Amino acid sequence: MIILYIVLGVLSGILGGMGMGGGVLLIPLLTIALGFSQKLAQGLNLISFCIMSVFALIIHIKNGYVNIKIALFFGIFAVIFAILGAVLANLISASILKKLFGGLLVLMSVYLTIHELFVWYKKRT
Amino acid sequence: MNNKNKILKVVASCLTGFVNGFFGSGGGILCVLSLKKFYGLKTKNAHATTVAIIFPLCIVSSVVYALGNSLQFNSKMFVSLGVVLGGILGALTLKRIKSEIVSWIFIILLFISGTQMIIS
Repeated sequence: MIILYIVLGVLSGILGGMGMGGGVLLIPLLTIALGFSQKLAQGLNLISFCIMSVFALIIHIKNGYVNIKIALFFGIFAVIFAILGAVLANLISASILKKLFGGLLVLMSVYLTIHELFVWYKKRT
Repeated sequence: MNNKNKILKVVASCLTGFVNGFFGSGGGILCVLSLKKFYGLKTKNAHATTVAIIFPLCIVSSVVYALGNSLQFNSKMFVSLGVVLGGILGALTLKRIKSEIVSWIFIILLFISGTQMIIS
């Protein structure tokens, strides 16, 4: 079982290291494939990316891809609301949280698809 | 930078933080979108800067989840080991993959994951 946990972690970690949000894959894998509760899956994802981000960040900074100034400005407001969001998540039921999470992912995929198709169309014309 | 743009940037960062804390994920997605749209960053820069932003968000959110007893400190934590290994691999791979491919992999995984969670 530990091997399975590690393998699932690797798959989602690859996405996370690319900045694609590995939680997108990890949380559904943990809840659907392994039956973890939504809150546990979310908490594990957060801890995982705390650790993973350190290594990924070193590499991204070395490659010159990170804009530190923007990260600082963006992060100041984000941290405050992250705390608020986490507190609320602890109060809400896990099943509702799961459905809401799924809805969020679908909405984002639709938006991104439209955006990418628009960019592709503009490049062609 | 006009006022409307400033407000949008602040709203985007607040929303990113909230989503990260509330869903334990998804903040990175919003962050990438916001950095590309409001700051004009290219895809790889947006993704890499997102990692820098999400890192402190994950720390504070983890603490709140732990305090709320939403975490189990047992063998399930080995998932984190896999994530770390995969993360290093992913960061090294980003430089070698075209931005368009990164975007489309992202979109497909979002849709599949989201649909499964709604119907499961």
